[in-house]
Amino acid sequence: MTLKTFNLPDVGEGLTEAEIVQWRVVPGAAVSVNDIICEIETAKSLVELSSPYEGTVSELLVPEGETIEVGTPIISVEDGTGPSGGGGSGDSAVTAPTSGAAPRLEGSNGRDAQVPAEESAGSEAGSATEGQVPVPEMPGELAGPQADGPATVTGGHSAAGGDAASGAGPAARRGETAPGSGPADPVPGPLVGTGPKADAVKRRPRKAPSAPARAVSAAPAAGHRDRSDDRAAGSLQPPVDGQSTVTVAPAPPTSVGPGTADRQQVPSATPAPSASISAQGRVNPLNQLINRVLAKPPVRKAARDLGINLADVPATGSAGEVTKQDLMSYQSQRDAEQDGADSFWSERKLLGGDRIERIPVKGVRKATARAMVQSAFTAPHVSIFVDVDASRTMEFVKRLKASRDFEGIRVSPLLILAKAVIWAAARNPSVNATWSDDEILVKHFMNLGIAAATPRGLMVPNIKDAQDLSLKELALALNELATTARAGKTQPAQMQGGTLTITNIGALGIDTGTPIINPGEVAIVAFGTIKQKPWVLDGEVIPRWITTLGGSFDHRVVDGDLSARFMADVASILEEPALLLD
Amino acid sequence: MNGGRLPTAEFEVEEVERAARTAGLGQDRQAEPGMLRILDPEGRLADGMTAEIAGELVDFAPYLSTSDAPHLLSLYRDMYLVRRFDQESTALQRQGQLALWVPLTGQEAAQIGSGRAMEAQDYAFPTYREHGVALTRGVELSEILRLFRGVTNGGWDPRERNFHLYTLVLAAQSLHAVGYAMGIQRDQLADPSLPQAASVAYFGDGASSEGDIHESMVFAASFDAPVVFFCQNNQWAISVPSTVQTRVPLAKRAEGYGFPGVRVDGNDVLAVEAVTRWALEHARTGRGPVLIEAYTYRMSAHTTADDPTKYRLSGDEQEWRTRDPLARLETYLRSAGLANDAFFEGLAGEARVMASDLRAAVLSMTAPDLESRFAAVYAEPHPLVQEELRFFQQYESGFADEGKHA
Repeated sequence: MTLKTFNLPDVGEGLTEAEIVQWRVVPGAAVSVNDIICEIETAKSLVELSSPYEGTVSELLVPEGETIEVGTPIISVEDGTGPSGGGGSGDSAVTAPTSGAAPRLEGSNGRDAQVPAEESAGSEAGSATEGQVPVPEMPGELAGPQADGPATVTGGHSAAGGDAASGAGPAARRGETAPGSGPADPVPGPLVGTGPKADAVKRRPRKAPSAPARAVSAAPAAGHRDRSDDRAAGSLQPPVDGQSTVTVAPAPPTSVGPGTADRQQVPSATPAPSASISAQGRVNPLNQLINRVLAKPPVRKAARDLGINLADVPATGSAGEVTKQDLMSYQSQRDAEQDGADSFWSERKLLGGDRIERIPVKGVRKATARAMVQSAFTAPHVSIFVDVDASRTMEFVKRLKASRDFEGIRVSPLLILAKAVIWAAARNPSVNATWSDDEILVKHFMNLGIAAATPRGLMVPNIKDAQDLSLKELALALNELATTARAGKTQPAQMQGGTLTITNIGALGIDTGTPIINPGEVAIVAFGTIKQKPWVLDGEVIPRWITTLGGSFDHRVVDGDLSARFMADVASILEEPALLLD
Repeated sequence: MNGGRLPTAEFEVEEVERAARTAGLGQDRQAEPGMLRILDPEGRLADGMTAEIAGELVDFAPYLSTSDAPHLLSLYRDMYLVRRFDQESTALQRQGQLALWVPLTGQEAAQIGSGRAMEAQDYAFPTYREHGVALTRGVELSEILRLFRGVTNGGWDPRERNFHLYTLVLAAQSLHAVGYAMGIQRDQLADPSLPQAASVAYFGDGASSEGDIHESMVFAASFDAPVVFFCQNNQWAISVPSTVQTRVPLAKRAEGYGFPGVRVDGNDVLAVEAVTRWALEHARTGRGPVLIEAYTYRMSAHTTADDPTKYRLSGDEQEWRTRDPLARLETYLRSAGLANDAFFEGLAGEARVMASDLRAAVLSMTAPDLESRFAAVYAEPHPLVQEELRFFQQYESGFADEGKHA
């Protein structure tokens, strides 16, 4: 004997729940396939459920009057025969004296099929037809079920009564089928929960992630990443949930979406920044598809014709796709870069005789503008400057370049500055924070942003958990970040979650400036160019390698003394890198 | 009745309906003159059946099979089996084994009669309720349930039995039927040795309100296409009574398109068969389309997701029960001495086996695997689809309950 349970099916289209109105069987009663076992009420109708099994009712698992979800077990039947004993009521037809007749019509009183057979032999054909299979009621034909009083039901208390009333069928069947019945074959589960809603309610559990190990190895594939996040990133805005859902949804649950704060809590034993958590999303082979650059065919063709790699174009479409506009603005920007300045003054003809060229503001330009305005006019900026003798930094860099350890690694003063900023931030934690009107969120990690001019415009990718990196790792991270940015392939995830930014204006030969804080952060350091200048040392004017550090701070968080201490700390490292050893 | 009033809600529809009835407008339409019938609800067989169609008197004697006893028994058998099939399928849906079921009970005569009138070369375009027609065309009944179990988008190869796939879009199949009929015309021109054939467009009174029906009838008339429009007027467009949408009998609409329309008692399998045979011959022989309105009744719900007690009176159902298509033929067969208890008992036994086999077949149906879905997109492997397949495989394999959800 096997115990089988019957789960509440979705009897409508997309129903999620139903109420058990009345049980038509009691524990101990014999049921055969298609015998009515209960009546349920759904949002759509009152229907009767019939038994898929033959056997003895073992237990009613849900009391009358209770509303339950589709898929909930409602009855268990101890079973002798398999469910394929189908239409199983055949037995009843054999045992009951019948005059063969048409299958009875379904109707509100159709249950009279289960009326004892004797009444029917000579009765008018077409009316109730005796000994017939206890076929199920048709749906919804339950007008006044109580009034109709199904013959088989006896108030649900007496199984014996129920059996008797339903004719010889069930009793005979029980007698016949119990012996010699083998265990049933495994039955496919009912198709419960076919509706969209029912599906949406429950999520299938995902496997525990096994990704991290592979994540590292697959890290070189960093070039491919979720395009859908381009918009979020391109706009330099704090990530918006909706924009990152594309990545998050198919990834294992532990793969934290880009920009989610708790990502930072993950111990970052990862050797390279490219393997930081955001890498998980991109190394997952699933993402190959997700990372496909989305674009409509005409845009693809146009890109091909123009020789533009769609992956380079910032996407702003609502589904993360590259739109025609994106392509056109990318192309005009590219053209603008390529066009020589020679003809600038004379090329008025191209502008239709107009002396003013109108460049639509969109894409990265627009995002940058928005971010800058937001920052400049919500965060009260305080900027301070300090001149630094970076001669020892230059020597240090020189030695590093020569060292075997750093062979093949590009080392620049920026590396020392980055290290200095990390070091100084630990001594002045408030600079590594976020202002949120009622709280100051001090980050105990450093996602160090590096502002970079890229083919796509200004980008601020950051190095995740930079505080954990050794000097060499930091150098590698800076190199990769620069390479990626120059190639225009900086990915959204790399730009999210920054905590403090360095802008290396020195690379362009500029001494200093007043940088604007990256939204979401409270400090930014501008690294001016390093060049030999006359410097007074011990009362003598001598040429030294001098640079100017500029810093802008959000005064809501960082007061003047703190910003000064921070800048002084950074400057002290540039003056004496050996302090890093403390 | 307040004819100028548009029904805006269901209760108002009912009011309008009741008003029409009390005014005597819609009273017992089956008694209206012009409905062809040879076997009445009491099981009495009339001597003959004639009708004036499109101005000429048609005697249906050549199309009637009333004297062919084995044929009558086989008609009964088909109706009996398909009703049993319907009941078992409903039960399977209630037990969670089918996603949905579309009952046909009450319409057996209309379907078996018209289906049996077809020749092998004719082609039927069904709705989603034509289980009886499917049976007459030799479609394996369990294949129909594959569709309703959701393991296939089709279920059978329509070309094998000249029985098109179920069409779930209301009335779309009538366009297909007319197009097919026009194709037959062209095939005939190219190869006159082909057997004469026609197509049959099945639809219901509800679908008759769809634009597709209008367009297909205009085309059929314009080209004298060999098509029979077979409308089962089962009185209910889901919850809307047919009296709301058909102010004149449906069969009369054909007049407006310029081809004959006939109303036949859809619960009289003999009359349906004869009228359909006549109509098919009419169509095959180049005389153009015919509309048949089989006046019948949907004794059950629209689908298993529907509850007819919410919109119709049990009194109506009771009234129609007396016109049960199986009952009247059984009565006739018994009274004429053509069948005895043994026949009916044997049939009941056959039906039980069928039901049991059907249940077993349904329970053993398995969902097609993932690859087959992707393989159905293009005839040949396609790189994008292959990539999507790999993605989906990855996605699926990420679930802890791997394989259980298929």
